[in-house]
This record gives sequence, structure tokens and C-alpha cells, in this order.
Amino acid sequence: MVDLSVKIGAITLQNPVQPASGAFSWEYNDVIDLNRLGALVAKTICREPRLGNPTPRMAETEAGIIQSIGLPGKGIEYFLDHIVPEYAKFKPPLVVSVNAETIEDFAALAEELSVPDVDVIEANISCPTRNQTGGNFAMHEDYTRDCIRAIRAKTTKPLWVKLSPNAGDIVSIAKAAEEAGADCLVIANTFLSLKIRTDNFRPALGNKFGGLVSPALKPIVLRMVYQVAKAVKIPIIGIGGVTKAEDVVEYMLAGATAVGIGYAGFRNPTALITIIDDLEAWCNERGIKKVTELIGAVRDDDMEMDTLVAASAGV
Amino acid sequence: MSFEPSDKYTDSALRIGDTDPYPQRLVGEFIGTVVSNDWVNPEYKHLILKVHPHALKAYAGQMFHLLCPSPDGAEVWMRRPMSVYRVDRTEGQVEFLYKTEGRGTRGMAKLGPGDDFNIAGPLGHGFKLEPGWKNIVVLGRGVGLATLAPLSQLAAEHGVGVTAILSARNPDVVMSKELFEELGAKTITVVDTDNSSAVENVETILEDLIAKGKADAFFTCGSNRLLKLMQRLGEKHHVPGQVAMEQIMVCGFGACYVCMRTFKVDGKLTLKRVCRDGPVFNMQEAVGW
Ligand SMILES: Cc1cc2nc3c(=O)[nH]c(=O)nc-3n(C[C@H](O)[C@H](O)[C@H](O)COP(=O)(O)OP(=O)(O)OC[C@H]3O[C@@H](n4cnc5c(N)ncnc54)[C@H](O)[C@@H]3O)c2cc1C
Ligand SMILES: Cc1cc2nc3c(=O)[nH]c(=O)nc-3n(C[C@H](O)[C@H](O)[C@H](O)COP(=O)(O)O)c2cc1C
Repeated sequence: MVDLSVKIGAITLQNPVQPASGAFSWEYNDVIDLNRLGALVAKTICREPRLGNPTPRMAETEAGIIQSIGLPGKGIEYFLDHIVPEYAKFKPPLVVSVNAETIEDFAALAEELSVPDVDVIEANISCPTRNQTGGNFAMHEDYTRDCIRAIRAKTTKPLWVKLSPNAGDIVSIAKAAEEAGADCLVIANTFLSLKIRTDNFRPALGNKFGGLVSPALKPIVLRMVYQVAKAVKIPIIGIGGVTKAEDVVEYMLAGATAVGIGYAGFRNPTALITIIDDLEAWCNERGIKKVTELIGAVRDDDMEMDTLVAASAGV
Repeated sequence: MSFEPSDKYTDSALRIGDTDPYPQRLVGEFIGTVVSNDWVNPEYKHLILKVHPHALKAYAGQMFHLLCPSPDGAEVWMRRPMSVYRVDRTEGQVEFLYKTEGRGTRGMAKLGPGDDFNIAGPLGHGFKLEPGWKNIVVLGRGVGLATLAPLSQLAAEHGVGVTAILSARNPDVVMSKELFEELGAKTITVVDTDNSSAVENVETILEDLIAKGKADAFFTCGSNRLLKLMQRLGEKHHVPGQVAMEQIMVCGFGACYVCMRTFKVDGKLTLKRVCRDGPVFNMQEAVGW
């Protein structure tokens, strides 16, 4: 038996595998057992009902998809009355992702969402197609600090903060979020990108820009998780390009406590469950009793190789 | 289990003969075995896939989300939605009729007998026959006919009469005629080459069917022009209708909000998800594309 459970602040997850916001809904219960997931993560909710961006909202590229959905939703009232009860039918903790255009509204929304059936507030301050003074605060250290501080003052729920891979220096932003009271950092949202069609010279997406999603981004996000893990004390959830159990292991070795998965669940609707089963088998095979042994266990301090001495000596 | 170095994606789809861990779930991920994948005309292929019995829950108007093999060695990132063309419960097979267009369907066209093919489904809300309906009219063009064809199976099971108007560019590419006729439907073929597919002519045919009491409900898919025509006549003569819609799709479960189309509900424009709110919708609510 392997103990797959991990702790993120006061919250215990039965395993480190959870869906990524926006790429999941309770409707996946049609195909998998949601009670097996580490957590349930709802799509980012805004205060007002929103239709979202014009279509097409997705386009394929050589190395992944770009998408720009535009945070559609029926607004917070409908969310609390109809969607939270759908998630409450299942056992794993419910993480509610939230976005607003102003810091004040962000804080007010987080307060209104702090109801008993909601276990965690995830501040999506990194929606790539919003601007940095309007919802995409994670582009800037000061905006991040102000926003998270304001939310922290209005809720006692665990507060997770989703960061942007588009910021210049994600480590400073991570530290600002930690300082302001974040309980966990979710790294990262999608990469701002563009595709232009050569048949009609038009942008492929209705919203022009979109977020790139691809397993090819995993090494970049992994690097960010590694760097941030060295700089902060709070737990990290790694999101980006996880498609198999070894990817979970890799993120954990880099310092993540858990991972989020989007794309892999589109490709294989049963992927999250398989990844959990495979992770357990992987640990078993290596005699790893607790999955938490993997967190930050990358061996980067004893890199012995014959070329090291010569290389560091210079020419 | 042993973990050899590999960059393969996770895959836990049900193969034929596997025990089903969740027989009661609506949807599954399956790896079927291709029985045949033959050309029916220069553009369309017909794929027959032997599958795990769970997949046979599919009914007319529902779809599967197909993990198409690569046509060119590079990755195909998203699944492709396809309507079930036919469900053969005795043989344990589902069938698809598809037009080879872009990378996904060109990859699919390469499949041969014995090959594995990963499909997820059945997904979405399909066609529904109301108890009072004795005769229905099915009007489709091009690939829309693939979606409408299994209606003949559904109607036959319910003892409902079908008139199918099949529209095509020329007589050689008329599809599904045999499938409709085998199941007792009356078919009317209209083509561009002799102008019989023109809206005015199809309108005359529909008016005639309505007058003869052969149109308790309308069904359509695949042509905006024909949708508008049926909406207009449906409104005029109070004939209810259903339309199957298409849109670029990602998750298939209603989670990602990619496959949106505009609908008019109670006089108000709104967006709905083709994958989960459809793909079959109330015809009068569809705004078209
Ligand atoms: C519910 C539903 C049922 C369908 N049933 C059938 C069927 O039975 N037979 C059939 O031939 N086709 C059907 N289609 C259309 C089929 O999904 C597209 O033709 C196919 O996805 C094209 O893929 P491609 O890679 O060949 O083309 P590409 O043009 O390379 O595709 C690029 C992208 O656009 C999407 N796309 C392109 N055209 C369409 C379209 N018309 N609808 C939805 N997505 C599209 C693809 O999924 C892909 O993501 C159906 C679509 C839907 C939504
Ligand atoms: C269709 C789609 C919608 C998304 N919507 C949201 C969202 O509403 N909020 C959010 O924080 N992230 C959203 N994301 C980003 C994902 O949560 C995740 O960060 C990203 O997909 C990278 O993970 P992956 O490589 O496992 O897909 C979305 C991603 C996709 C593909």
C-alpha cells in the first residue's frame, strides 16, 4: 500500500492529482468516478453572467492547442445556487476559481463564495487574455500583492493563487503572493499566443489571442515550479503538460505538492484516473511508501560527472 | 506493472472483452477494432468498428469523439466528433460515415481492418420521437445525412413512417439511400445537376408532404439553407422540428465551452454547447451559421 495523500495547508488531498480549472466540470462524472480525484476544481467564475469570446475558441497548432474561451458563466448567484450543489454530491474538496476585473470586486467575490460547501478559493489572477490592471494581475508584483492582500482580508478559506507563465519574473510574483497571505501557488496558467491562418490571413481564434496548452510546455513550467519552490515556503501545485504518472513524479521532484491536469483529460477522458493508478504502481515498484517523499526530492546538489571539473575550470 | 522509459500518453480505454468497471456510466473511452473502412464515393468513407458492448448504448443523433491517427507523423491534438451512422447491436459494431477533409479525417482514412481505434462516447442528446408522431420528414445534405441516417433505424423501431429527402451535388454522391430504404423509408433524391435541389423545389416537396399528412415532424442537418427552409415552413404549418448542429469541439462533456452556437430562446439570443446541450436542438431555436 502506498500513501498517496498530500497536505496543502489545512486541506488533505487523497492523492496529488486534480483537474485544472476550465478543463473540467462535474459532468465528467458521466465517464469517471469523481470521488477518486484529489480535488474538484470548478471553472473560473465571475460576478456577472458572461457569454464569453466569439468562436472559434480553439485552434490546433503544430505543438498543441490555443484556446480563448473568455470566462463564460451564468454569474455568481447561479453558481452558488446550482453549480456548487452539483459538486457537493462528491467527496473530494471543492476548489472554486474566481476572477474579477478590479481588486475590490475580487475580494468581495471571494467573500461571497466562502460558503460551507466551498473548501478552497483559487484566485485566477492570470487569465492570459485579460489585461494586467483588469483581472490579469499576476503580470505584476505589486498588483499581485495588493489583490491577494485584499482577498485575504475577506476570507478565511484556504487561498490558492494561480500565477501566469507570461510574467517576466515569476519568482518575485510568487513571493509577493506568499507575503500577501496565499496558502498555495498554482503554477501556471496558459501561455499567451497567436495563430494566423494562411488561407484567409485572419487570426484563427475569434478573440485573436489565446492561451497555448501543450505537453511541450511542461519543461518550462517545471523550471518555474523548481525556481519558485526554492524561494517560497508554501506548497505549489504544478499545472502544465501532465499526461502520465511520470509527469506527476517530475513535478513533485521539482518541489510541487500536487498537480493539475487539463489537456490530458481532453485527449483521454479517463486519463486522470489512469494517472492516479499508475502513480500508485510507480511508487510500489520503487518501494516508496508515501508519495510525499517525492516532494522536492530532485538530486541537484550532488551532480557528479566527469566533465564537471573541466567545465568549471574554464578554458 | 512496470515502467519502461516512454513518452506515451496515458491510455486506459476499454477493449473488447475487458471487464467494465463502470457499466452504469453513460460514457466510456473505448479501443475498438476496425472491421472495414471503405470508400463509398470519392470523398466519403464508411468505417465499421467492433467495440466493447458498453459503446452500443449509442442512439440516433448522438456522437462519439474520435482520437484520429496522424496522417503525416505529426500529432493530431484534438479528438474529432462524429455522429453514429449505425449501431449494430448483434454484431457489436458502431459505424461512421465521414468526409475526408483535414488532418483528422485524413488520418482516419488510413485505418485498415484489424487496426485499433480509440473512441469516447456516446455523447450528447440525440433525436427524440414524440409519442404522437406517425410520419416524419428527414431532410439532409452532404455529411448531414450521416447524422440523420440512424433516424431511420429509430423510426422503424417505433413504427414511425419516414420520408427522407436526400440532397447532393450530383447523383453519384447521394448517400445513405440504401440504408434509409432498407429500413422502410421512402426516399426522394434532389441534386444540383438538374436543379431539383433548389430551395423552391424542396419547398414544393415539403408543402406536398405536409398537405398529405406525412409531416408530423421535421429533422435536418448539414445545410443552413435547408434549415432556414424547414424553420419557415415549420412555423407556418406548426410542424415541430429537430436540427443536429456542428461546431469545433474539444472536451465533449460540456466542460470547456468551446463548441458554442447561437440560439434564440424565448425571443432572447443565447449561446449553447453543441456537445452537451445538443448536438440535437429544437429547430425553431437554432439561429444557423
Ligand atoms: C456532433 C457532430 C457530428 C458530426 N458528424 C459527422 C459525421 O457523421 N461525418 C462527418 O464527416 N463529419 C461529421 N462532423 C464534422 C466533423 O467533426 C469534422 O468534419 C471533422 O472534425 C473535421 O476534422 P478534420 O481534421 O478532417 O478537418 P480540419 O479542418 O483539419 O479540422 C480542424 C479543426 O476544425 C474542426 N472542425 C472542422 N470542421 C468541423 C465541423 N464541420 N464540425 C465540427 N468541427 C469541425 C475539427 O474538429 C478540428 O478541430 C460532425 C461534427 C459534429 C460537431
Ligand atoms: C479550454 C480551457 C479552458 C481553461 N479555462 C481556465 C479557467 O477558466 N481558469 C483557469 O484558471 N485556467 C483555465 N485554463 C487553463 C488550465 O487550467 C491549465 O492551466 C492549462 O490548461 C495547462 O494545463 P494542461 O497542460 O494540463 O492543459 C483553461 C484551459 C483550457 C484548455
